[in-house]
Amino acid sequence: MDWGHSLRLVAPEELLSISGLILLLVAAWAGDKAARAISIAAVAVLAGCAFLVAPALCNGAMGPETVAFFGQYQADAFSSFAKLLIYAAAAASLIVAPAFFDRVKGMRAEYPILILFAVLGMGIMVSATDLITLYIGLELNSLAAYVLAAFLRDDERSAEAGLKYFVLGALASGILLFGMSLTYGFTGTTSFAGINDALESGLSRGALFGIVFMLAGLAFKISAVPFHMWTPDVYEGAPTPVTMFFASAPKVAALALTMRVSLAAFAEQAAAWQQIIIFVALASIIVGALGAIGQRNIKRLLAYSSINNVGFVLIGLAAATPQGAAAMLVYLAIYVAMTVGAFVAVLMLKDADGNQVEEIADLAGLSRHRKVLTACLAMIMFSLAGIPPLFGFWGKFVVFQAAVQADLVLLAAIGIAASVIGAFYYLKIVKIMYFDEPANKVVGRSDWAHQALLAIAALCISPLGYLLTRQLGDLAQAAAIALFHFT
Amino acid sequence: MNGFPILSAMLLVPLIGAVFCLFAEAKAARMIALVATVIDFALGIMLWANYDIGGAQWQFTEHLPLFAGFNWALGIDGIALMLIMLSVFLMPICIGASWNSIDKRVGEYMAAFLMMETLMIGVFTAQDLFLFYIFFEAGLIPMYLIIGIWGGADRIYASYKFFLYTLLGSVLMLIAMLWMVNETGTTDIPTLMNYDFAPEAQKWLWLAFFASFAVKMPMWPVHTWLPDAHVQAPTAGSVILAGVLLKMGGYGFIRFSLPMFPEASAEFSWLIFALSMIAVIYTSLVALVQEDMKKLIAYSSVAHMGIVTVGLFAFNVQGLEGTMIVMLSHGLVAGALFLGVGVIYDRLHTREIDRYGGLSINMPQYALFFMLFTMASVGLPGTSGFVGEFLALAGIYQVSSWVTLVCTTGIILGAAYMLYLYARVFFGVQKNADAAAMPDLDRREWSMMAALAAVVLWMGVYPESFLAPMRSDIAALDARLARARPDGDAQLKAGERPLKMIIMDLPDRGEHSTNAPPPPPPLPVTKEAH
Repeated sequence: MDWGHSLRLVAPEELLSISGLILLLVAAWAGDKAARAISIAAVAVLAGCAFLVAPALCNGAMGPETVAFFGQYQADAFSSFAKLLIYAAAAASLIVAPAFFDRVKGMRAEYPILILFAVLGMGIMVSATDLITLYIGLELNSLAAYVLAAFLRDDERSAEAGLKYFVLGALASGILLFGMSLTYGFTGTTSFAGINDALESGLSRGALFGIVFMLAGLAFKISAVPFHMWTPDVYEGAPTPVTMFFASAPKVAALALTMRVSLAAFAEQAAAWQQIIIFVALASIIVGALGAIGQRNIKRLLAYSSINNVGFVLIGLAAATPQGAAAMLVYLAIYVAMTVGAFVAVLMLKDADGNQVEEIADLAGLSRHRKVLTACLAMIMFSLAGIPPLFGFWGKFVVFQAAVQADLVLLAAIGIAASVIGAFYYLKIVKIMYFDEPANKVVGRSDWAHQALLAIAALCISPLGYLLTRQLGDLAQAAAIALFHFT
Repeated sequence: MNGFPILSAMLLVPLIGAVFCLFAEAKAARMIALVATVIDFALGIMLWANYDIGGAQWQFTEHLPLFAGFNWALGIDGIALMLIMLSVFLMPICIGASWNSIDKRVGEYMAAFLMMETLMIGVFTAQDLFLFYIFFEAGLIPMYLIIGIWGGADRIYASYKFFLYTLLGSVLMLIAMLWMVNETGTTDIPTLMNYDFAPEAQKWLWLAFFASFAVKMPMWPVHTWLPDAHVQAPTAGSVILAGVLLKMGGYGFIRFSLPMFPEASAEFSWLIFALSMIAVIYTSLVALVQEDMKKLIAYSSVAHMGIVTVGLFAFNVQGLEGTMIVMLSHGLVAGALFLGVGVIYDRLHTREIDRYGGLSINMPQYALFFMLFTMASVGLPGTSGFVGEFLALAGIYQVSSWVTLVCTTGIILGAAYMLYLYARVFFGVQKNADAAAMPDLDRREWSMMAALAAVVLWMGVYPESFLAPMRSDIAALDARLARARPDGDAQLKAGERPLKMIIMDLPDRGEHSTNAPPPPPPLPVTKEAH
């Protein structure tokens, strides 16, 4: 193990941290005037990082050569896949931000820097193969996220969201840490591979508690039921670009982390956590769907929708097979496209004064004068509901296929039947936009960056997205194999 | 066809038309839609003309591997051919029916209809399990929009109900499909049709598919979405709903449930019979008391679909052939009846039966056409309805005389409600001045009615044209079902003394039964009689 090799493997994280610090200095000297330039630089940094991680994914990197710092960190195809999704989602939330903040208070230079640090934390999370690395990544991400949630200091809702997120997030971190300490205490090691070896001989009661507490802490981070309560409030209160970020990047990171913990560290005791995951998955699907029905605010609705989607992703985890892991990654990729698209569309809904329209009722009859925007949003809604031929169907399809292949037919049947409940509220949005009499609230125009992002997202989830399935499937397969090929 | 991908072309033409319609003005959109559907109809005629009767089971096949086990696999047999013909024939009529009655958001309306046509043809041509599913389920989106945007007063409720009912049915089918593909390693429908699943697994698979097709069909008690959807949908929406979408349920039973799970089908046939008998009697009685013309015809659709399901599960050639003719005939007749309701709805903007009366005086041509379709719906000899119902009931009689008795009663009730409807609308005094002032059919309406009437009579007088392409496919299905065929209660039992006539007509049952209950022992008495 030489240091040069390790440092080469963590190149994206180095680039992120160094450029983050430099940009922070720039922000300190140049002030908020440079906010736009810093945003552009941050997007460029993310693009650079994407180039750094892409080869590992394309080569299907796995095994000992990908391990850095004596087993604390792994830059394999799996982490590369997750990182690419995280970078894409973060870049999208950087691109949509200036237009949003300009109207409220003026863009602040800290926003892109906080996003960069959050992304750095997430990069460490998805590459972590040691409990200590895991916790550092998670906290780095979370601390940046707390500040981002409260970014509009003068807005009560934003402050409330930040505080709520912080208090509950700290609690979850405590639970996670407690679980980690139990796991360490009963297995004698913090490395995932070591934990797995230690659990091979059997599962002591203490280690079982460790697993349960760790999964509980992670369930909070992915906002799975029953640890989802914070999600609607935080999503509603946070500035919309931040909500978009929360709903996409940290979700991918936390799910990838959950996958690595469950499938690498606790692989030998799959039976112990599988039933927990099955319960959490079904509960998330059902609660997410039922909770969304009564919502009047579209951001709250999308929050419940994200809870619902996490449930579907977890069905792939319940399978505990490489197919299941690959299916989860495919689902996550499609989910990121749908979420980014949905929030960009929400950002484009403005009234005559340029203020954001968030009440669902105000969307009534939107299809009359904003045809393309409405069509895109309707497509995203049908896609989230999993109706073919839209691409969202494919995500559900692979996940349920993996569940059926793992003989979890009943889980798949209940999960998919519950998805019909979810279809109801997605349909409600389509109904309001197409069937109702126009409310003529949404009249504001939006800039080309939003339109371009929405067009890309809509193109990805349209039936044309199926052209990507082969590449996406192959990459996810490579990533999943790398995940199962731990050392 | 020299390798010309005619099926893909039939899918593509409406799709391209739909894209153009989205960006076109109202007038241009109508024209584009009409041209696209007429081209598709022409392609359909070409398809029929080039279909080799008695040739390969699957013709015009196209195969292109796509991704992850998906294939762009298309191909048709005679059964699919006839249903495709029905779809492409009804589509131009639907466009014509919406010519004047739809005046808001015409481009989007026409686009939704053309999209619908692509998906319908896709369902009948798909040879890949998941391709079928995508077409089958994607049809929900345009239909949801058609009902919800251009429907009647209560359209929102109806559109939700339509969407969610059908979705719940379909997703269970998806799980079953995933299981089947996992088990067999293929998504090819013709291969799966000859795969023998374990009897225990068949039960679950059959129930999952049943959930989907029973809702689509629709069977009692999950039929309640249909009257709502029909009443609220615009005229053309009702025509396509009754004409083609309901046939997807029957097609699904023929293509999946029966050939893939013959043992389970036989085992659950009591369930089908029970539900169908209730449907036939109950919905006929409900139809009798309707005040809304569309609702009445919608309930009559459920009753007719009851005949379809019993015919399917009769497990013999007559039953299957009769079922197919009932489906085709009902597609035409119910479509025509909805069209007829649309004609007077356009004039008076009400579907309430009481608001009309004595229409035969001021609208004689219309009354004549409506009479023909009423008779066809009742099943008068000489119309398409008779052929189908007679064959289907002849088929089911071999299985159960009780079911036949109940279903025939339903047909009598059918005559009652249809004639009662006709009497109230067309005969009697002209009690409403505005109804009495309505003009007769214009040229557009007349030509649509005449086209439908011609086919209804053709099918009634010479059904062989329609049966011939399907014969070998139905024979193949019958052979596949032979091992699970139940024994009928109308069969001769040992010791009974049959009439000579019956003996002459009895099909030779011995060669089919393999593992089914033992065939009736040879009847010594009959041999002596000869």
